[in-house]
Amino acid sequence: MLGYLRVWTRPVVSRPLAALAGLFLIVVLCCALFAPWIAPYPPDQIDPVNRLLPPDAAHLFGTDHYGRDTFSRAVYGARLALLIGVGVVSFALASGVPIGILSALYPMLGRVLMRMVDVLMSFPSLLLALGLIVILGQGVLNAILAIGLIYLTTTARIVYGVALRLRSEPYVEAARSMGAGTLWIVRRHILPNMVSPLLVQASFVFAFAQLGAAALDFLGLGAPPEIPSWGNMLAEERIYITRASWLLLWPGLMIVLTAFSLNVMGDVLRDRMDPRFREMMGK
Amino acid sequence: MLSVTDLTVSAGPRTSPIGIVRGVSLGVDQGEILCLVGESGCGKSMTSLALMGLLPPGARVSGGSVELDGHDITHLAPHRRVRAGRGKLAMVFQEPMTSLNPVTRIGWQIEEAVRVHDPDANPTDRARELLEMVRIPDAANQLSAYPHELSGGMRQRVMIAIALACRPRVLIADEPTTALDVTIQRQVLGIIRELCDDLDMGVIFITHDLGVVAQIADRVAVMYAGRLVETGAVAPLFRAPLHPYTERLMACLPDPAARSKGFATIPGSAPRPGEIPDGCAFAPRCPRAQDVCRGGEVPVVRPEGGRRALCHFPLAEGETA
Amino acid sequence: MGRYVIGRIGAAAATLFAASIVIFSFIHLIPGDPVSVMLGDAATPEQVAALRERMGLDEPIWVQYLVWAGNALQGDLGRSIFFETPVTQVIADGAETSILLALITMIWIVLFGIPVGILAAIRQGTWIDQGLSGLAMLLASVPTFWVGLYLILIFAAGLGWFPSSGYPSIFEGGGLANLQYLLLPSIALAAPNAALILRLTRASMLDVSREDFVRTARAKGIRPSRVVLRHILRNALLAVVSAFGFTFAALISEAVVTETVFALPGIGRTVVQSILRRDYPVIQGVILVTVCLYLVINLLVDLSYRLLDPRVEL
Repeated sequence: MLGYLRVWTRPVVSRPLAALAGLFLIVVLCCALFAPWIAPYPPDQIDPVNRLLPPDAAHLFGTDHYGRDTFSRAVYGARLALLIGVGVVSFALASGVPIGILSALYPMLGRVLMRMVDVLMSFPSLLLALGLIVILGQGVLNAILAIGLIYLTTTARIVYGVALRLRSEPYVEAARSMGAGTLWIVRRHILPNMVSPLLVQASFVFAFAQLGAAALDFLGLGAPPEIPSWGNMLAEERIYITRASWLLLWPGLMIVLTAFSLNVMGDVLRDRMDPRFREMMGK
Repeated sequence: MLSVTDLTVSAGPRTSPIGIVRGVSLGVDQGEILCLVGESGCGKSMTSLALMGLLPPGARVSGGSVELDGHDITHLAPHRRVRAGRGKLAMVFQEPMTSLNPVTRIGWQIEEAVRVHDPDANPTDRARELLEMVRIPDAANQLSAYPHELSGGMRQRVMIAIALACRPRVLIADEPTTALDVTIQRQVLGIIRELCDDLDMGVIFITHDLGVVAQIADRVAVMYAGRLVETGAVAPLFRAPLHPYTERLMACLPDPAARSKGFATIPGSAPRPGEIPDGCAFAPRCPRAQDVCRGGEVPVVRPEGGRRALCHFPLAEGETA
Repeated sequence: MGRYVIGRIGAAAATLFAASIVIFSFIHLIPGDPVSVMLGDAATPEQVAALRERMGLDEPIWVQYLVWAGNALQGDLGRSIFFETPVTQVIADGAETSILLALITMIWIVLFGIPVGILAAIRQGTWIDQGLSGLAMLLASVPTFWVGLYLILIFAAGLGWFPSSGYPSIFEGGGLANLQYLLLPSIALAAPNAALILRLTRASMLDVSREDFVRTARAKGIRPSRVVLRHILRNALLAVVSAFGFTFAALISEAVVTETVFALPGIGRTVVQSILRRDYPVIQGVILVTVCLYLVINLLVDLSYRLLDPRVEL
């Protein structure tokens, strides 16, 4: 009786905010895809005469200490942001989903796998990523793997939780008792129900991958310095902050707004999803 | 004592509200148990929550009044009623398992109510006394128990004790026995009946179970789709229902003598709020319905004995729908 | 008490054992000969041989593990290649800064996250709630080092209210006044974590406020403030407390970055420098110690959670 009333009282992120977030993500996507056409200068064009210029018509975001155009570099930075995001999400899903589902289906195996996930989770995430970078060496792909490893654990846990819940649903038990094969149950009952939790998880992972990658870049252990990533821009220009504070504003804002927009999207998706799984997705 | 006039509860946007309770009028006297009966979703719980001033967010009283001893308390939340000295309405909820705070001792939970309603009493003594009134054995020791340490029946007694701590003139019990085993159910019903007589309070007992009604009620109000379709004293109402819905409801009670007839059912289902048809809401499921039932006002029938029904074609005694 | 606690400690010990294998393997997973990598090109063959000998790299791998783990259990985490002092000494040197930073940050998180989360929850749906929830999501999306840089720019370089970097020990000249060096770093570090606690407090307050027992409490006629504080908050805090283990892990991660930005002589900055210096024993030691700390804190959080919730038997 009271259930249907909650539909009206559920808190949701305000629609205009969600729309703005979506719009910003489209802008970032366009920047990444069409960077050479959007950026007025090549991102690595050095101009020693025009160093540390404040923003003006020729250089919308000013220039850095090599005289490179900050706006162009920020536009190109979207490429790495997209690459990191897609890479980390793909890695986390491609590894976390099978681990979670197998663990739910085969309890013996699950005990071992989930134990291993627990062990990985006992490492502070950035230290885990840093340790992996020490082993693998620096580079974009290795940064993706290192950050992906962090979210492998959370993804596997969520998938495990959802799959376990689904496996004990009466209709799945019924299908099983009627002789449905494991593969069929996974395909028909588990994966379709997994879509919306995974979509939510993907948007949060995408968001936090940006922050993780920026931290690695900032420590000088992420993308190689010749790649114009937002994190690298911050790392390179940090010593000029008192002379040219705007240089750190734009790349930082790009990181913040990208992560924020993705978080807003994740929140909207979570609000719409099946309440049975909502609690597993954090608050 | 408690008198409810034309109570209307709506939900949804103010521009196009959905009526959940639609003009309910009822009264309870001292020492009387009024049973509010109906299928789930008919607005019984919403009525009781509206009486208590505890409607969930999204629902509101949009018309009518609730008066306790002549004082209007319709739009007052419980703590405002207490402050105004009108807090003499208490409620026992349906789910004994979830209606007690899991992290505090039951003594604390009872004393909390005692402090508000009986500022002069010693809270611990009063709490023990209340537990004894609902016949919890070893009351003094049980005060320090946590809810999860008690069985469902015991928890429901604690709920009643909390309600009694408010020294209610009228006690509202919303399906207090539905979640309990039949044997426990009987004990709890016995306690409520006894307290009603001993304390001379009125009780509004909400249930969907006509068997329970027969055991405990003095008067009955039958609710359908947000309206009271029939009210009256329990004996005449059971003997000769006026409204076809009441009659069909009673026909659904298992009758060992008539087992061969199979199960009686009411075809269709009760309309959900927002989908209630014009005219008589029961018309789509009523075997006696005529065109006149499907629109306009439904007349009130008032035969002798304070009975009342909302029907164009009330049943005569012995007639079936 | 008893069985649960022992079981829980056993599980933590098992996790620690597994984690120690991962940490031990770390040095062997690095491509190339770790000794030559650590010592650099200028090392003489004698130096390499001496270090191999000292680290026992010529022994079978399981012997190496047992020696390493045995030493670690006795408080010997090896020697730093760079500092040429015991790793425990290197960690102890950074401990004061890191522990104080973590404590002050924790105070911010509790002081800001929980009350503001309560405010957002009781004003649910109003513009206050929308604003605070939006702010929380924004703060959770901000890199700590970026906030740190601008805090330095505004409050240290610009207004000159606080020192911009470094941290002299409170046991040296200046005493407790030296804590002002940790003010800006702790604020930067607290921001995203306080935001998470805010959201969690709000969400669990709202979850609890829909529970039946809250209606019972309201029906008693007690003041709404009492319903919120004694019934809703009391239960909502259970979920918040259980998140503190996770928050602590996040703090350690982000402290690595924050200490670097503010040039604080803490363990986090040491680890970054050790990575750049290829000082592997220090990296191993720090990771082992933080994992231990994380497991202990989680254990304590779990146990205190169980003390707060009478439904759970110890």
